[in-house]
Amino acid sequence: MPESRLTTRDYLLVCGALLALTALTYAAAGFDLGIWNAIIALGIAALKAALIILFFMHARGGIPLVPITIAAALLWLAILLAGTLNDVVTRGWLHVPGR
Amino acid sequence: MSDSLAARHAEGAQYQQETTVFGMWVFLVTELMLFGALFTLYASYRYFYPEAFLAGSQLLNAGLAALNTAVLIVSSLCIALAAQAAQAKKRGLLTLYLLGAAGLGLLFMVLKGVEYSQHYADRLVPGIAFAYQGAHAPQVQLFLLLYFAMTGVHAIHLLIGIGLVGTVALRLWLRPAAEHGTEVELVGLYWHFVDVIWIFLFPLLYLVGRHA
Repeated sequence: MPESRLTTRDYLLVCGALLALTALTYAAAGFDLGIWNAIIALGIAALKAALIILFFMHARGGIPLVPITIAAALLWLAILLAGTLNDVVTRGWLHVPGR
Repeated sequence: MSDSLAARHAEGAQYQQETTVFGMWVFLVTELMLFGALFTLYASYRYFYPEAFLAGSQLLNAGLAALNTAVLIVSSLCIALAAQAAQAKKRGLLTLYLLGAAGLGLLFMVLKGVEYSQHYADRLVPGIAFAYQGAHAPQVQLFLLLYFAMTGVHAIHLLIGIGLVGTVALRLWLRPAAEHGTEVELVGLYWHFVDVIWIFLFPLLYLVGRHA
């Protein structure tokens, strides 16, 4: 844990942004925006997660191995999702007799 | 000579601290794989049954979940400030923030319990009490099964987090003069991770059906 250069004010600002984004995602979900509902909801969630990881978890400007670890985690998660959804989404494409 | 020894000792302590923090991150990656499997199941079944996920989501209490999201965010703020107080060796503030975070964690669990008991009263608990009569009933049951699995595994993690924060607070009380920076940072990393998981659960489970 390297010496944190973040001040109490910084933490309060990040917390305020997280609460504002929560209100925003809750409000945005009330409108029927088609596919954009999911994109906005996941985009805001990703932004909130990034704020927590970068500031609260000190991933920024800390131990150099930590960003690499996070990148590796996201890569494996992407492989898991892409590999599975590759099967799920394309199942109906080939019209296998008997199915 | 003694100067260089002291310097090497300080360097060793810092190296040790960085190693434990890195170890915690590696553990959190394995935790992400656990939740990642659940998110993958969610994505697959939502692709198959989008209408049922919409209908299932409408059975949940989005307002209460939004409140619970805010509770967890403020608890994460408490933990972040606790790590800062531990670094500055401000023991009073550290104790206050730790107890604040644990208290907010417990508040989250109480509100979650209120939700779960409401689901039981509404007969929406697959396998125990399920009497949903609307369209796509079997697929809605699947959605609710995923809902209970995901929020349940998350709640177990939060309970562990509350226990860890309580343990740190107890150690602080028993050995006030000892160094607590590293353990507060480690517990904090776990706590924030559990918060990040909830931040994705909230829109995926509760907000899907709000517009309809």
